[in-house]
Amino acid sequence: MSILAEPSPVPVAAEPPDLAALAHEVRELVLRMGTTAHGTHVGGSLSAADVLTVLYHEVLRLRPERPDWDGRDWFVLSKGHASAALYAVLAQRGFIDRAELATYGAPGSRLAGHPLRRLPGVEFPTGSLGHGLSLASGVALGLRRTGRPGRAFALLGDGELQEGSVWEAAMNAGHHGLDNLVAVVDRNGLQISGSTEECVSLEPLGDRWRSFGWAVEEVDGHDLDALRAVFAGLPDASGRPTVVLARTVKGRGVPLFEGKKKSHSVRLTPRLLQRAMTGLNARRAR
Amino acid sequence: MTATMPETAPAPAGTPTGDAGPSWEERYAVPAREVYRRTLLELARADPRIVCVDSDMGGLETLFGEELPEQYVNVGIAEANLMGVSAGLAATGLLPYANTLSGFAAARACEQVKIDVAGNGLPVRIVATHAGLSAGHYGPTHHAVEDLAILRTLPNLTVVVPADAVETEYAVRATAGLPGPLFLRLGRAATPLVHQEPYEFTVGRARELRAGTDVTIVATGPHPVSMALEAARELAARGVSARVLNMHTIKPLDREAVLAAARETGGIVTVEDHLVVGGLGAAVCEVVTQEAPCRVHRIGVPDRFFDHVADERELLELAGVSSERIVAAAASLAAAR
Repeated sequence: MSILAEPSPVPVAAEPPDLAALAHEVRELVLRMGTTAHGTHVGGSLSAADVLTVLYHEVLRLRPERPDWDGRDWFVLSKGHASAALYAVLAQRGFIDRAELATYGAPGSRLAGHPLRRLPGVEFPTGSLGHGLSLASGVALGLRRTGRPGRAFALLGDGELQEGSVWEAAMNAGHHGLDNLVAVVDRNGLQISGSTEECVSLEPLGDRWRSFGWAVEEVDGHDLDALRAVFAGLPDASGRPTVVLARTVKGRGVPLFEGKKKSHSVRLTPRLLQRAMTGLNARRAR
Repeated sequence: MTATMPETAPAPAGTPTGDAGPSWEERYAVPAREVYRRTLLELARADPRIVCVDSDMGGLETLFGEELPEQYVNVGIAEANLMGVSAGLAATGLLPYANTLSGFAAARACEQVKIDVAGNGLPVRIVATHAGLSAGHYGPTHHAVEDLAILRTLPNLTVVVPADAVETEYAVRATAGLPGPLFLRLGRAATPLVHQEPYEFTVGRARELRAGTDVTIVATGPHPVSMALEAARELAARGVSARVLNMHTIKPLDREAVLAAARETGGIVTVEDHLVVGGLGAAVCEVVTQEAPCRVHRIGVPDRFFDHVADERELLELAGVSSERIVAAAASLAAAR
C-alpha cells in the first residue's frame, strides 16, 4: 500500500568514486574542524570516517539538491558527537559548502557540536545517546507502511550500546522484522573512561544482536572494499533488520590519536594539527 | 520546523447530537479513554496516515489492531522507544498516536518527548491515561501529578486536558489536523459528565462554564472542573458570584481569559489534579504577575508522595483538592475585594 510514494530512479554515479581519497579528505576535514575554538570529537569521528565515506558515496540514495526527496534513504547519526565526520561527507556530497566547515562550533554557525535538524541532510538532531535507533525504526516502519523504497540507517557508537533504549529499539525492530533498517556500530572499543569491556562489557556483541532477531555482519570498519561489499548485500533477504558491527580504531588514520581514549575530544593547536596531518599523510603513503 | 497552533478548532463534524442512536448518557458515561479509542478508530478509518502506536495498553490490539492492522503497531512495554518510533513515523508523513500512561510519557520517556517529539515539532499525538491521581488505588508508582509541570516546559507541544468524556471526543477531533505535537491527558475511570449537550470546543480557548463577577475559579481536568462547578453553586447560595473557567488547554494557555479574570473579578482560584507547583496554578501566576497582578489561590496536590490507598476522588480530597477548599478560598478572595 502506497499513499506517499513517489517512484524515482536511484541515482547512479558516472564513475566509481575514489573512496580512499574521499576518506582521507574526511579525516583532514575532521582535523581542521578540530582546530576551531572548542575542538571536536576527533577520535570517534576518525573511527567512523570510512563507514561514513562508503555510506555517503556508495550506499545511500540521496539527492543533495533535494534533501527531502521522497525516494531517499534516511541516515541518522545516533552517535551525534561524530558531527565533524558527518559534516565532512555532507560537504563532499554538496549538501553544504566546504567553506562552511570552517564555522564549526562558532557563534551563528549551523554546524553545532551535535547535528541540528536545520542543516540540509540532517534528518533528526542527535547527540543524546540511545535515541537514533528508535528514530530510524520509526522511519523504517513509516517507509514500509507508505510503500516507499528507502531504507533507514543509523550509526551508533559502541559505548552508546550501554543505553537501555538501544535495546528497546533493537528488540522491537527484530520482532517486527524491519528489513529496511540497518544499524551500524562503530566498534572502536573505547569510551571516555577507557575500554568498553572494562567499563560495562558489550561482548559477545554479535550474539547479543542475533538473539534480538537481527542479521549480523562483522567487518573491518576501515576496509573500504569490505564495507562496500557488506552494504551492497543489504537489505538482508531474511526479513530481519541488519546490524553491521564495524571493527574500528578510535582516532584511526592519525598515529597520534590511534587507540587513545584521550582522542575522544580534542582541540588541535596549529602545531598539533601539523603533527596530525604529517601522521595522516604518512599513514596514507604507506 | 515550527509547529503552529490551529487558529480555531470548530465543532467537529460528526459529533453526535443525541438525535439518533445511543443516548448522550449511554455514549459518554464511560471512561474518557474509551471515548478516545473509538474516536481514534473512526478518524483512522478515514485517514490512512493515522497509526496507532501501542505500548501494551491492553485492548487496542483487538479494537484497533484487528480492524486496521496496517495502521497499528505494538512496540511493547518500552516507552522511550515508543516516543522515538512515533517521531520516526511522523517524520515520514504519518500521524502516529502514541499510547501510554501519563507518568511513563512525561517522566520515564521525558527526554524522547523533549528531543525527538517536541524538539522536532513533529505531529505525534501522545495520548496518556492514568494522569494525576486517577490511578487511585494503584498507588504512587502510577500517579502522575508532575506531568503538566514537565510537559508545559517543552516548546511546540500542545497540552490538552479534557474535562470529561464528551470533551475528550471534541479534543481528539479538534487536534486531528494539528501540525505539531500534542499531549492529551486522560484519566482512568469514568468521571462525571460536565457537558450534557454539544458545544463549541476550541483548542487554546478556555470555556466559561459559569459567568461570575466576584471571583474566578480556573480548573483543569475532570474532577477539578466538577468541583469548581459544585463550589460555584455553593458560593452562589452564599451570595458570591463565581466565574468558572474550564482551562482544557494548558499550553498554549488562554492568556486573554486569565487576564480578563484578573481584571474583572476579585481574584483567581486555580484547581488541578496535579502538583500545586508547576501546573495550571503556576501557568496562571506567570500570566497575571506580568500583566495584571491579582491574588491567586492555588489548589492542587501538595509536594509529597501519597501512599494512602483510595480512589481518585478520595485521594484528591485527602490531598486538599475539594469543593469545600475552593469555596473557602474563593469566598476569602471575594471578601477581600
